[in-house]
Amino acid sequence: MGKINIKRLVRLFSIPIILLACAAHATGGDTTEYIPHEGWDELWREMMIDIAAIGIMFALLTVYLLIRYKRKSPQDTGTAKKLSPVAALGWVLIPVFVFLADDIYLGLENFVHYKKFRNVPQNAYTVEVMSYMWGWEIEYSEGIKTQNEMRVPAGRPVHVKLKSRDVIHTLFMPDFRVKWDALPGTVQYLWFYPTKVGEHVMTCTEFCGTLHSSMHGKVIVMTEDDFSRWIEENKPKEGGAV
Amino acid sequence: MSATTETLSVKTGFSLKEWIFTTDHKRVAVLYMIGSFAAFFVAGLMAMLMRTELASIGPTLTENPANYNVWLYFHGAAMILGYQIPALTGYFANYYVPLMIGAKDVAFPRVNALSVWLYWMGIVLALLTFVIPDPPDIMWTGYPPYSILSPGNTSFYTFTVLLIGFSSIAGGINFLTTIIRMRAPGITWGKLNIFIWSTMAAFVLQLIFVPILGVAVTMLTLDKYLGTNFFNAAMGGSPLIYENLFWFYSHPAVYVILLPAVGILYEIVGTFTRNRIFNYKGVVFGGIWGTVALSGVVWVHHIGVSGIAEWMVMIQVFTTLIISIPVGLLVIGLVGTLYKGSIDYKTPMLYATGFLFLFLVGGLTGIPNAMSTIYFHVHGTQWIVAHFHYVMAVSVTTAIIGGTYYLWPKMTGKMYSETLGRLGFILFFTGVNLTFAPWLYLGYKGMPRRYFDYQQFPQFEGIQRFITFGSYIIFLGALVVLISWIHSLVKGEKAPENPWGSKSLEWTHTQSPPPPGNFTKPVRVAEDWDPYGYGK
Repeated sequence: MGKINIKRLVRLFSIPIILLACAAHATGGDTTEYIPHEGWDELWREMMIDIAAIGIMFALLTVYLLIRYKRKSPQDTGTAKKLSPVAALGWVLIPVFVFLADDIYLGLENFVHYKKFRNVPQNAYTVEVMSYMWGWEIEYSEGIKTQNEMRVPAGRPVHVKLKSRDVIHTLFMPDFRVKWDALPGTVQYLWFYPTKVGEHVMTCTEFCGTLHSSMHGKVIVMTEDDFSRWIEENKPKEGGAV
Repeated sequence: MSATTETLSVKTGFSLKEWIFTTDHKRVAVLYMIGSFAAFFVAGLMAMLMRTELASIGPTLTENPANYNVWLYFHGAAMILGYQIPALTGYFANYYVPLMIGAKDVAFPRVNALSVWLYWMGIVLALLTFVIPDPPDIMWTGYPPYSILSPGNTSFYTFTVLLIGFSSIAGGINFLTTIIRMRAPGITWGKLNIFIWSTMAAFVLQLIFVPILGVAVTMLTLDKYLGTNFFNAAMGGSPLIYENLFWFYSHPAVYVILLPAVGILYEIVGTFTRNRIFNYKGVVFGGIWGTVALSGVVWVHHIGVSGIAEWMVMIQVFTTLIISIPVGLLVIGLVGTLYKGSIDYKTPMLYATGFLFLFLVGGLTGIPNAMSTIYFHVHGTQWIVAHFHYVMAVSVTTAIIGGTYYLWPKMTGKMYSETLGRLGFILFFTGVNLTFAPWLYLGYKGMPRRYFDYQQFPQFEGIQRFITFGSYIIFLGALVVLISWIHSLVKGEKAPENPWGSKSLEWTHTQSPPPPGNFTKPVRVAEDWDPYGYGK
């Protein structure tokens, strides 16, 4: 009898484990490229559903209680009984488990994305960005330098090496859902994935002095061909820089 | 002013000397109240200037971004260090603690006077921002290297922090001693008001963490004026050290503010529902002390894109998410107290109701901010600003204003006008939602914080103007609140001893306002006494 029960239990528990393993395989088996801004949007959507559900539940309950228990006559008092020790413990442990489960779920979800956000793909195109008060100097591997204008090819991940000449700045590209600090004395990095041709804002999000809000520039995403042509045209000839 | 004096003074009329040298906790509380509301008012004016500046792209009020940066610096520093912390751990703690535990005064009345003096010196030093030629423009966070390279006079920031910090440390020792040693016979640990527990928790946090902020800003000053290199990367230092030290204090500071505010709301909700606190022990040990236990290990979410070690980020993502548990228990206790209550919608209760919704939005919009992937987009944007305004600025202000209405009859001996009180609340509540709900959206769309101008985001001009309009309504609401208080001082009816029918000691055992020494005869409570013992 006991044996059968154990077998059954094992079988019962193995189902979710197998399912989880399948799910993990499906998400973890990197067959397609990760696109950070799409990953971020997906996580954000999940977050919003999660907090909206909790919020609406709490709000409705609160509104109900606020209406239901309005004082009827001036002498009225509340009639809540003291919770029994078991109920009191229950009202702590149950919320703890519910919140903990949600927290762990969200935390793990977060790491799936975080790992990818912090691992630069092998085939990325690298630029170096030197931040200063108040602008950026972008240096391409071909020796070209531009000010406040980052030109990148579409359809290829871009790896940005971040440095600062003076104070802390943050390179933020809202459309690519990514930012990272440029910390003096260190080389930091971020990467993003421009998929379509177009122009995007890049702007500073760490207070860096008087003209902080004027520290902005453009990310110009070009087709691969246009980008190569631009590189060819602007490549420094015999020590002449742009 | 004269009416306050008349009701609070001993026998003589108004005597400035008596006020300055007072050691009576109730008068010290009033001094804190005046200081913190003055800071609130000036910092609020700065907010209005900033909102007006942002109503259109390009210069609106000023052409010089440096002016805007000084307003913003002052707004942040004064709201947190000059208004919220002193209002809660100075004004309310002083007024309530001895009265709620049946004591004549605090344990060390002269140290208490020293605390309020230090605080006022801090306020004066902070106000000098508007007088000195090169005021600090370093934001309340004061990150180096900018705060060291800035032409602004960073030392005004440092010494304001140090003065107010010393004031808090002295207050912490004073109030912890008072609560531990001076409870009236019969008031056991299981019968303390929630506000007393939350004040204890706040002061424990202050005693642990204020010295760390003190160290951080002192190192800043040494770097700037004496040429040390703690934060100078070129000489082997690191600005990241400051960021860590600063947030190691400043995240717990959020709970120094939040916990007493929630404590006040428990008093309001308990009294105006005439109901037992739902799951008292769960609230105290799970909610309040649970928050304290976790508060010191969540600071990294403030600096998650600074290049801090990945393992540290990983750990703190979880600790930060998990702080939703004690905070959730605090909310459950508050909402649970409504169950089978008898809710009377007087002005203080309206503010408490407002809190339930504002805090819900503020708390829930904080959950994404725990997640290291979410930082990548929202860190340093207006999303963060809107989130902490919901959760700290306006939620806590509902507690401070609502708490003041609640305390008003006891403190001044006068009743206030319910009509004015309600009008003020409606304007305030409408204003904050018109302001901060679109503000969340703005941040999600990528608008960075601390921006004097936003030429790169022309699409945001309409929504910015709408927010400015909303903020004017908040200001109008605050004016109505002020008018209602002045109106009460001038024309208010005499307050009875216990206008709310509360069971708490400060209402049942002494007149309004309480005499010097608080109680005419020593307090002793019966075995079945309970500050929330309604319906027996």
